Amino acid sequence: MQKLKRRSWGGSGAARQGGFLNLPNDNMIKTLGVAVLLCLVCSVVVSTAATVLKPMQVANSLLDKKKNILAVAGIYGDADVDTLFQQIETRVVDMETGNYTEAVDPISYDQRKAANDPQYRVELSKEQDVAQIGARAKYANVYLVRDGEQVSKYILPVKGYGLWSTLYGFVALEADANTVAGITFYEHKETPGLGGEIENPRWQAIWDGKKLLDQQGELALQVIKGAVDSNTPQAQHKIDGLAGATLTSNGVSNMVQFWMGENGFGPYLQRVRSGQMAANGAAEAYTAQAQTRG
Amino acid sequence: MASEAKKAIIEPLVSNNPIALQILGICSALAVTTQLSVALIMCLALTAVTAFSNLSISLIRNHIPSSIRIIVQMTIIASLVIVVDQVLKAYAYETSKTLAVFVGLIITNCIVMGRAEAYAMKNGPWNSFLDGIGNGLGYSLILIVVATVRELFGSGTLLGYTILQPVSEGGWYQPNGLMLLAPSAFIIIGLAIWVIRALYPEQVEQPDFEMQNAHQVPAGSHGGAH
Repeated sequence: MQKLKRRSWGGSGAARQGGFLNLPNDNMIKTLGVAVLLCLVCSVVVSTAATVLKPMQVANSLLDKKKNILAVAGIYGDADVDTLFQQIETRVVDMETGNYTEAVDPISYDQRKAANDPQYRVELSKEQDVAQIGARAKYANVYLVRDGEQVSKYILPVKGYGLWSTLYGFVALEADANTVAGITFYEHKETPGLGGEIENPRWQAIWDGKKLLDQQGELALQVIKGAVDSNTPQAQHKIDGLAGATLTSNGVSNMVQFWMGENGFGPYLQRVRSGQMAANGAAEAYTAQAQTRG
Repeated sequence: MASEAKKAIIEPLVSNNPIALQILGICSALAVTTQLSVALIMCLALTAVTAFSNLSISLIRNHIPSSIRIIVQMTIIASLVIVVDQVLKAYAYETSKTLAVFVGLIITNCIVMGRAEAYAMKNGPWNSFLDGIGNGLGYSLILIVVATVRELFGSGTLLGYTILQPVSEGGWYQPNGLMLLAPSAFIIIGLAIWVIRALYPEQVEQPDFEMQNAHQVPAGSHGGAH
């Protein structure tokens, strides 16, 4: 009799006084109740963890990015990252024209977010999209390392698809905008030990001193399969492929092809090479600003 | 009760090892064992998740409706895994980058659900918690062995420190590329199971089929239930 009462929709006094927990486990109300309560508790736990830890995660990720910029610039040392980062000037380049722009704030501008923002998104056609990234942002961050008045290194953010994931990294170029001064990756999901070796400092060191352009001025830098024969004249445009990670190596190669090419930083690099970007770049920025606003 | 608690924590180490005897959690044992440091963090994460999922499931075990039992367990485990992932991103950023997707895959690790279903649903919170830790440690034991072998012979290093100087750095050791690929973990786990079962013959399973000499088969059994 008691059992029957409890099974009715909680209307009877017994069920109410006995409380929710005393209901049999296979009762529908109890089942629904447990499900709802569990979901509530779990979502509170998860969202609390996410919210409380968010500032630390953002700080970590920003710090990591700065560290990578410093590392690729070759000035990463024991000193505080933020102090060291003051030597680096953050600018924004209009990818189309290759000029500096003041249309967005260089510090707060987030190129990765912008690539998904309709306002800044530039779709890439299949032929253009060698790095398989779908779209790029209209403006790109560049980081300049100054040696007195002169810019000594240009640091360009790059991304491209590897085997499992998009690789995010930086390429540093010497003042001639042709010689590679370093490469680094700060985010990827390639297999540790295989594709993940793109993080290996010894492999990254191979990039130093390689040239983007061949004698004809064509973009020639690429990652090849196997080791580079250093006796061939083309050796300065070739990088050893990673053993067991051909697709990741190809991805890196395509990434460099895209970002150093005409749909990437090509126009900007062209300007730098031809000396149109004065050492301090401020004058151009003003002109560019006048043009965009005029 | 003390002996039960001790049993919960000691038994899964060797005599009832989740990987070697129950053959659970193999996928992550293949995936995260190319580097010892990564394997260690994975062990910590899995032990924490198993212990706390066992604890929370055991706490509410008398109120879990059997019809949604598995979903309830999954929800708890998934929430814990997200929390672990968030904590790693906040406090061990570098490692969380290396582990990447594998932390999320703890959800699908059979050990966690297996212990929830087999132990925590029937036992008290404290013992369940210890059982979670015990099984986490049993998992860790195998992972550490596999990762040590793979990192040492695959890269010539241990925890990032060079032990065997590889040829590429001017040394003498030619790293074994197979060790960096997943199949090598199968081989090492297989060898580990062999060693354990040689030491504990009671773990050897009865063969599913007995090979018999055809002449000895009684005539009546032909055409039987084959």
